[in-house]
Amino acid sequence: MDSNVIERLNGILSKDRVLTKKADLVTYSYDATADVMTVMPDVVVLPKTVEEIVKIVKLADETNTPIYPRGSGTNLSGGAIPVKKGIVLCTQLMNKIIEIDPDNLTATVEPGVIVNDLNNAIAPHGLIYPPDPGTVATATIGGTVATCAGGLRGLKYGVTKHYVMGMQVVLPDASVVRFGGKTVKNVTAYDFAALFVGSEGTLGIVTEITVKLIPAPKYRRSMLALFKDLKDAGNTVQGIIKQRVIPATLEIMDAMTIETVENYAKVGLPQGYSALLLIEVDGMSKESVESEAMAVKDVVTQNNGELKIAETDAERDKIWSARRAALPALAQLSPTTVLEDATVPRSRLTEMLLEVDKIAKKYNLKIGTFGHAGDGNLHPTILADERNKEEMERVHKAVDEIFAAALKLGGTLSGEHGIGIAKLKYLKDEIGDSGIALMRNIKTAIDPKGIMNPGKLVP
Amino acid sequence: MTTPFDEYRLIEDEIQKCMKCGNCQAVCPVFSVEKTEAGVARGKIALADAILKGRIDLDDPDLYDRVFNCLVCKSCMQNCPPQVNFDKIILAVRSAIVKKKGLHPLKRTIFNLLFHKKALFETGIKTGAKLQSLLTKTTQSGEGRNLRFPIGILDRKRVIPSLAPTPFRDRVEEKIICSNPQTTVAFFTGCSINYIYTGIGDDIVEVLKKNRVNVAIPKDQYCCGIPVFAHGDIDTARQMARANLDALEKTAADFVVFGCGSCAGAFSHEYIELLKGDNVYEPLSMKWKQKAVEISQLLLNKIDFVKPKGQIDEVVTYHDSCHLRKTVKVWKEPRELIKAIPGITFKEMSKPDACCGSGGTYNLTHYDTSSSILKNKINDIKKTTAHIVTTACPGCIMQLVDGIEQFGDGQIARHYITLLAQSYKKEA
Ligand SMILES: Cc1cc2nc3c(=O)[nH]c(=O)nc-3n(C[C@H](O)[C@H](O)[C@H](O)COP(=O)(O)OP(=O)(O)OC[C@H]3O[C@@H](n4cnc5c(N)ncnc54)[C@H](O)[C@@H]3O)c2cc1C
Ligand code: SF4
Ligand code: SF4
Repeated sequence: MDSNVIERLNGILSKDRVLTKKADLVTYSYDATADVMTVMPDVVVLPKTVEEIVKIVKLADETNTPIYPRGSGTNLSGGAIPVKKGIVLCTQLMNKIIEIDPDNLTATVEPGVIVNDLNNAIAPHGLIYPPDPGTVATATIGGTVATCAGGLRGLKYGVTKHYVMGMQVVLPDASVVRFGGKTVKNVTAYDFAALFVGSEGTLGIVTEITVKLIPAPKYRRSMLALFKDLKDAGNTVQGIIKQRVIPATLEIMDAMTIETVENYAKVGLPQGYSALLLIEVDGMSKESVESEAMAVKDVVTQNNGELKIAETDAERDKIWSARRAALPALAQLSPTTVLEDATVPRSRLTEMLLEVDKIAKKYNLKIGTFGHAGDGNLHPTILADERNKEEMERVHKAVDEIFAAALKLGGTLSGEHGIGIAKLKYLKDEIGDSGIALMRNIKTAIDPKGIMNPGKLVP
Repeated sequence: MTTPFDEYRLIEDEIQKCMKCGNCQAVCPVFSVEKTEAGVARGKIALADAILKGRIDLDDPDLYDRVFNCLVCKSCMQNCPPQVNFDKIILAVRSAIVKKKGLHPLKRTIFNLLFHKKALFETGIKTGAKLQSLLTKTTQSGEGRNLRFPIGILDRKRVIPSLAPTPFRDRVEEKIICSNPQTTVAFFTGCSINYIYTGIGDDIVEVLKKNRVNVAIPKDQYCCGIPVFAHGDIDTARQMARANLDALEKTAADFVVFGCGSCAGAFSHEYIELLKGDNVYEPLSMKWKQKAVEISQLLLNKIDFVKPKGQIDEVVTYHDSCHLRKTVKVWKEPRELIKAIPGITFKEMSKPDACCGSGGTYNLTHYDTSSSILKNKINDIKKTTAHIVTTACPGCIMQLVDGIEQFGDGQIARHYITLLAQSYKKEA
């Protein structure tokens, strides 16, 4: 990196927000992704304003210095790792909620606002911001926008892209664009929001976001369904949709996850079942919610499942704590947790689960699978130890096959975690040469020097 | 002995457990204020790993800074998916640094006084108690003292506690015998109760007497060792642990009780880690872990509790001491005791288990961050409208008094046991 970059950064930001000490750089060399490279940046900056960001990006552009936007560093694709060194630009100090507009059902926030903080701020207005990744308490809205994060409520309420109405972005040449806004309708220009949501920081730095809010559902019913046969669970998922019931949450856990969760959290999950579905229906009227719950009950029973409906808040909490415990419980079992994100059409869910099972056996690996069954979005979680080279080789082969299986079933490499560096080598398998060429064209058009989060998403 | 505090490489497996999820960001008090990755557990574990892999030097001065920028409050361990024992990692790093670089001379002198020259230390404290009026003045509220002029790292605004003219253990009987006793306990006072908040010591004794419990207050007990351990002085910490276990052994008590979360934590957790592999003291540490109870646990779970009858008409809230809640896992019992007092309206704050920012000496070495953490705590207390904020740790009281003076509006901070003692007194 150009030697006077740091000096010039010190002229842009107060010195305490320009980190150059090794003891700090080490701590920005990774994100939440397992089994990927770690690289120390040359410098980390913590801007507080758009003006500062513009100046920093101008400097990066002038000096050809790679620059990596970073929120809380919780992504699972290596997206925030400074693979070519340079400047990490962390948005965590830009955490102001600029405006809550209950009349237009919007909120405008700085990129570093934590998802939960927004939800806490809008709760008094009876509103929610639905995208709820497992990291709601830590992830920034900027990061969730850049990865198009999903979550537990995706089936009924959609994912981040369905809630972004407008943005301000600092482009790689340091120009500032603003598009979209508070209007429900807006067809002016290209649909830039669609382009920047999920762009993983490769096209620019998102500096302000206007999001859509919706009224909080008033009633809900939580249920737990247990199945001896995996196929019955898969059929239940489809059966529920066939009844035209769209649950807010429709989650699945396989046998290994059920057992691990019970050992870990002792929430009273019965053992000896092949799959468990966690279902929550919600809505604005008690009647509709009750009738949906009854419809779910019928489907579960028809498919040989055993259903438990939560009658009290305590019972609901228990069901949810089982779901929340899935990842922690699995993570306990081994030092390295490789969390995958293969996603298939809902109708192929059972096949995908069986494939993962087969792959686990073939490579003699422990894989617990849970995930958003309603979205066909599974999280096969491979338990390993990255210090064991031989085992990691098997892990890599298994991951290759999991992706191949997902694509074969008409699915996708990633439902919500993104491509980053972790899945880059598989990208072509899904979108082909022409797809890659389109990606490259867009990238070069906006970032000709390739300074914005280089090495990610675009091969 | 082969613990990770003696041999750093033994910490590797613990470091490996961290899955880098970042969940600790949501709860770390230092991170909540500073928003830099080196402030939070994940960043510190990355540094611990970098040491192991030779990527950063143990005597890197910035490493020292980052590693000591931590309250060891264990908040990060509460929702850590793979349940990393972060306390073990941070203390192993600190011990390794101290081994390599030696202890800061000032710390060495103080820790040395605390253990080897306890008598000298006490003379110093007593002199300090006499001299404090020269340097400090009682605050308007009368709850502590302000410096008359700034000294070194101490800010003039800062409220520091008054030293007691006579240490608690110097003026109480070593054995207090009741008629028809329910049980016999040893009272481990800890430093704060012995030298500063001696009134809490009196209240604990009064409450124990009222409940017909024989009390032994061994004179040859030392500092619990936690502050020393936290600074990486593993040898002194170990000596203190052993000496304290010896002192307890002599009492032959059924239980050892505490009025301080950190001391309770030492016996229920840290001593076991410290004395692993020690033929004589590891078994003793296990034995006394079984007997270690915070005063509320003794009253509610081990004996027939004498219900208080004296009316106290106050709105009261309770602040969880990190070490009591997060190490010893006690939070229900103190609340139950407070609610048992007639007249008290109990109001929970929104985050009662959020750290107050004290961290033993963290509030001296990192005053700004500590103060911002404290401000959030005081604001949370204010919202409850409580006039009295109770807690189970003299260290927290010290911090809360400072916070109330700066950000509060006249609340008072008390050990919850003091309210119980007052209620008993009123009925008499
Ligand atoms: C335990 C766990 C559970 C998870 N559960 C889910 C889940 O259920 N659903 C889900 O979708 N994800 C999940 N994730 C992944 C992760 O939480 C999300 O990807 C999240 O959106 C990342 O937010 P962040 O603030 O941490 O961003 P970071 O990790 O810091 O960054 C993510 C990407 O966005 C870019 N970026 C960040 N901020 C900006 C900005 N302002 N402008 C431009 N680019 C930016 C970065 O360069 C990077 O490429 C989970 C992760 C973990 C560790
Ligand atoms: S919560 Fe635990 S596992 Fe996650 S980053 Fe923090 S210390 Fe590591
Ligand atoms: S012990 Fe407390 S201060 Fe230290 S990293 Fe954990 S939460 Fe943060």
